[in-house]
Amino acid sequence: MHRISDETIDYVGILAKLELSPQEREQAKQDMGKMLDYIDLLNELDTEGVEPMSHIFPVNNVFREDVVENGDEHEKTLCNAPARKDNSFMVPKTVE
Amino acid sequence: MELMSLTALELGKKIKGGEVTAIDAVRDALSAIEAKEETLHSYITVDREGALKKAEKTQRGIEAGELTGPLAGVPAAVKDNICTEGLRTTCASKILCNFVPTYTAEAVLNLEKAGVVVLGKTNMDEFAMGSTTETSAFGLTRNPWNPEHVPGGSSGGSCGAVAAGECSFALGSDTGGSIRQPSAFCGVTGLKPTYGTVSRYGLIAYGSSLDQIGPVARDVADCAAILETIASYDRKDSTSVNRAGVSLWGEEGSSGGTGADGYDFTSALTEDVKGLRVGIPRDYLGEGLDKEVERAVFKAAKLLENRGALVETFDLSLVSYAIPAYYVIASAEASSNLARFDGVKYGYRAEEYEGLHNMYKKSRSQGFGPEVKRRIMLGSFVLSSGYYDAYYLKALKTKALIKKAFDRAFAAYDVILAPAAPTTAPRIGESLTDPLKMYLGDIYTISVNLAGLPGISVPCGLDSRGLPIGLQILGDCFQEKKMLRAAYALEKAQAAEGETADAQLENSISPDKPRKDFRMQSSRKCFQYMGLGRRDAVLE
Repeated sequence: MHRISDETIDYVGILAKLELSPQEREQAKQDMGKMLDYIDLLNELDTEGVEPMSHIFPVNNVFREDVVENGDEHEKTLCNAPARKDNSFMVPKTVE
Repeated sequence: MELMSLTALELGKKIKGGEVTAIDAVRDALSAIEAKEETLHSYITVDREGALKKAEKTQRGIEAGELTGPLAGVPAAVKDNICTEGLRTTCASKILCNFVPTYTAEAVLNLEKAGVVVLGKTNMDEFAMGSTTETSAFGLTRNPWNPEHVPGGSSGGSCGAVAAGECSFALGSDTGGSIRQPSAFCGVTGLKPTYGTVSRYGLIAYGSSLDQIGPVARDVADCAAILETIASYDRKDSTSVNRAGVSLWGEEGSSGGTGADGYDFTSALTEDVKGLRVGIPRDYLGEGLDKEVERAVFKAAKLLENRGALVETFDLSLVSYAIPAYYVIASAEASSNLARFDGVKYGYRAEEYEGLHNMYKKSRSQGFGPEVKRRIMLGSFVLSSGYYDAYYLKALKTKALIKKAFDRAFAAYDVILAPAAPTTAPRIGESLTDPLKMYLGDIYTISVNLAGLPGISVPCGLDSRGLPIGLQILGDCFQEKKMLRAAYALEKAQAAEGETADAQLENSISPDKPRKDFRMQSSRKCFQYMGLGRRDAVLE
């Protein structure tokens, strides 16, 4: 039985960039514990010497010349910005 | 609305022949949407004006002889995780509630080039994470066969819209069964192609190594024609596979087995299954599988056998390890893919925050729903140092073993026949109370994504509650044609069977008439039978 500690869930919150309410936090601890118990089923499998498979097919990088292929789309792109200033995305001040 | 009772190819033919116009077709679809959306909610966004305008332009193109393809003028719906330029694309999430893409996904561009008119964007589980279309931030979708039941998920809006005649066909996406399971629940035909066949460019990523876009339609021929239209090699998707005669494994011109086998999927639509080797995984049967579903699958197997296919059961092995491996891999990829939603460049930003990091955290915490957060956290955990080897690498090794198990199976069989889901569509509200239980419902679909295989879900009857049952036919990688041939033959056999049953029914005067084999009407007219009080919509 996996017990997810407060430290672990706080650490996961940092990695996932999520802020959890006290109730969400308790729920998350339970849910993750349950899932990890279930995932432990994989430990039954002998995977000694098995190569981890991230892709089914041989995947290679696809390169092309570094030239602009699309037009100027900055106005279209900025239309989606939650906040903008002139031709930039506006974010809270990051450097004092 | 009668044009929406046709298959996409039938409608395309009528438009091409000048019998009806693309504008008529879009109007029919829009009036079906008007009549049914209040109950079903298959769509998040309907683009009425845009679709009508596009239809007019398409009609001119058809009349000028510029658009000659079989799908020209046919109206379709697109799942809301597939980008459409200028048309809001939300992933059914609050975090993208106001996002308007600046470009169109390659698969949709391919449709538009063929003259298909996009009607709107369909509902789904938030970020495609779910099996019921109940986790949408825009409210749930109802199953057109019975509105008290879910349509399945995550492509529940696409499958429901096709079943209800709110479009001629739709695009869905399949990461762990998200096309095949809702297709089964809604009594429509849905296809997940071999990984790499349809470009993922413009598909908002969930589990990048598993995601594929595919068609949802009224029959097998439509699925083949749509796949032929949307599949293409695309440099913008680094995992796109060029299937035009190139063998991936370096064996020039190898045919069958490992060759990439081209794009002419409709050429496979023949009824000849003599000698086709069909395997049914024994480990998919028995415990957990609804008896009515099992019977329907075996009935379909018998139909194939009657036509000369060689059907037998076999042990696939490793079945119970697919779900845990999937949730580790999919969650890991999701945690990475969804890191981009931070309230800076698009989408939702929290109103109150203190500083940049707090803005990220608040925007994400308010923008994502519970299921998405659950998977992001699990994914972050299994990738974190100290746990990476034990969970993530272990899952990737399991994936390798599962792929090997399928390789062994496809050495002995041309296709695999299996149920699409253990049950028919559950009632609304039944699934979300226990996430783990909901995950277990994906047991027959998930391993296909891990192994990159193609699969098609085909209706195979109704259960005693009148809900559709679906089965899957799976092929080896790049063997869509074998899979389509089996599915097409099965569909024809079902139709022939239906006609016989119908004749018997008419001769019968017994008050407790046997249930009509639904398949004879289902592919094109199923929405007539949906308990929506709209039987008057289409007259026989």
